[in-house]
Amino acid sequence: MLLAVLTIATIALIAGIGLGYAYQRLPANDGDLVEQINDLLPQTQCAQCGYPGCRPYAAAVADGSAAINLCPPGGDETIRRLARLLGRDIIPLAETVVPAIAVIDEAACIGCFHCRNACPVDAIVGAPHLMHTVIASECTGCELCVAPCPVDCITMRPLS
Amino acid sequence: MTAPTYDLGKLHGGLRLTAHKRESTAELIKDVPVPSMLVLPIEQHVGGPTRPVVRVGDHVLKGQVIAEPERELGAPVHASSSGTVVAIDQWPVSRRFGEKAPCIVIECDGKDKASSAIAIDDYSKLEPDELLLRILDGGIVGLGGAVFPTAQKLMQARTCKIDYLILNGVECEPYISCDDVLMRECAAEVLSGAQILMHALQVNVCLVAVESDKPEAILRLGQALADLDDQRIVLKQLPSVYPSGGEDQLVQLVTNREVPSRGLPTDVGCVVQNVGTAAAVHDWIVNNQPLISRITTVTGDGVDAPANIRARIGTPVADVISFAGGYTDQARHLIIGGPMTGKSVTTDEIPLVKASNCVLVVSDAPSQGDELPCIRCGDCAAVCPVRLLPQQLLWYARADDEKKLRDFCLTDCIECGCCDLVCPSRIPLTANFRKAKVHIQELADEKARADRAKRRFEARNRRLEREHQERAAELARQKSSAKAAGPAAIAEILKRKQNKDEFE
Repeated sequence: MLLAVLTIATIALIAGIGLGYAYQRLPANDGDLVEQINDLLPQTQCAQCGYPGCRPYAAAVADGSAAINLCPPGGDETIRRLARLLGRDIIPLAETVVPAIAVIDEAACIGCFHCRNACPVDAIVGAPHLMHTVIASECTGCELCVAPCPVDCITMRPLS
Repeated sequence: MTAPTYDLGKLHGGLRLTAHKRESTAELIKDVPVPSMLVLPIEQHVGGPTRPVVRVGDHVLKGQVIAEPERELGAPVHASSSGTVVAIDQWPVSRRFGEKAPCIVIECDGKDKASSAIAIDDYSKLEPDELLLRILDGGIVGLGGAVFPTAQKLMQARTCKIDYLILNGVECEPYISCDDVLMRECAAEVLSGAQILMHALQVNVCLVAVESDKPEAILRLGQALADLDDQRIVLKQLPSVYPSGGEDQLVQLVTNREVPSRGLPTDVGCVVQNVGTAAAVHDWIVNNQPLISRITTVTGDGVDAPANIRARIGTPVADVISFAGGYTDQARHLIIGGPMTGKSVTTDEIPLVKASNCVLVVSDAPSQGDELPCIRCGDCAAVCPVRLLPQQLLWYARADDEKKLRDFCLTDCIECGCCDLVCPSRIPLTANFRKAKVHIQELADEKARADRAKRRFEARNRRLEREHQERAAELARQKSSAKAAGPAAIAEILKRKQNKDEFE
């Protein structure tokens, strides 16, 4: 009887010390969680969540400082997946947007290059002082190019 | 005459359905006259729409290319008769269940004047790859209903080791009999097409599969085969079970090889072509006639005189039906395709397209009552020819569980509709699966888009970082070279700058 109790106690002690050591010395696995969250985000890099890109938002969600309903392009589907991954409740989207792509009115474009510098995914082509255009298949619809345009020749065309 | 052979694999499940084929096979194929107007959708195949190469007002000749494929996968569209292009506009099409899609509308001049395309003398002197390019120009697509561009299917097959060419003359779906009458009346053309396809693929065995409920087609094919005396072609007779004409099911039946999940028949050394496709290949390669007409079954209790007709691609379905005696009083539903896999449409303004193997007009089905909860009887799994678990898939489809749907191979579902027919609770399983398939494809596309955006974003960040470093390095280099040149040189540069500032 005593022997059995001692054996179990010894095993528990060794395991406890081992776990405690691991907890202290090994880095927490947050990086993986950030990557997992980032994988669920639509990668538009639009900053509509208030963070400078998808990965920073993923990091904020991982450390609990951001809610999971701040990504308008991801929509309800992304919230649903984030809720499932993180074990949280599904909450409605803070703000909804219609999926769209940017279109440059090429006749009005003065070739200022500002939109090209703003595009997070290099989906705008053109050279300084020459006309620019959007590569429609690569545009994520982030709207970051709309504000910098000095002649307001960029519009968002909803995807049907 | 080659005796029909029976060394066959087994089909899991399937159903024996009432054929309803006698109605339309009593008479010979009738030719529908050239209509006053042709409507040719620019998307009649798998692979995305074609680009019109004619303008409104242009005069076109029969067989002239009016739209060319834009992407790698596609088939050109030819004018089915001579006339004037009067519009390139939205028109209801069967492909979208009667919704509108871009079409080229031709007002026929009635002369039916053919364009003078250059014929080839002898295809057997062509290299297989040259022959494939030639087939590509004929606008030929799989006429069994899937409309996959034939040339590209063959090109893909050329990259694999192929043992068998299988001609699909099974036609297992009720009501449809266009392949049956084609084999009866044009057996020689079908076999000639098979020979061309064998040359293109460089294979030495062609299995022609026909269901045993088509004795006359088997007889005629046997006679044509005896006349041809080609030992490479073998006739195979199959029991009539639906859906033994599905591509993967047919491969399993005639070769006893199973096409892997998410795989293609070429993975097991087989290429399947519909008999109608083979005849179309013959028409193009030997007679220089591109795919501008097809045989279609017009049938059902809503049509006065069911028949098989040969009509120009682009003929309005309304014209085709009035050619078959018009509607009866019972006509309620118009379906393009068969009763199991066809598409229900709400207007007969739609044109006949390359995919239209059947125009079915039926009366109201007697009401069976509402859908009931699943009782887990398992009948659906017993009849599923792909050996899926429909009841389980339904569960996951309703829960929108993408991962489980993939794990349980929803993408392998051929949408044959057998599970719907046997379900005692009358659950429309196939409709649910069709929707779920579209949904998981959308999710996959979205994921692919997100991954690409992420890659581009990361590449851009790397580029910005690199440019920043390069600029810093260049500045440092200039600074150090100026230092090395000594104070006199620096004073010189500053003076120059001052002069410049004053000038400005």
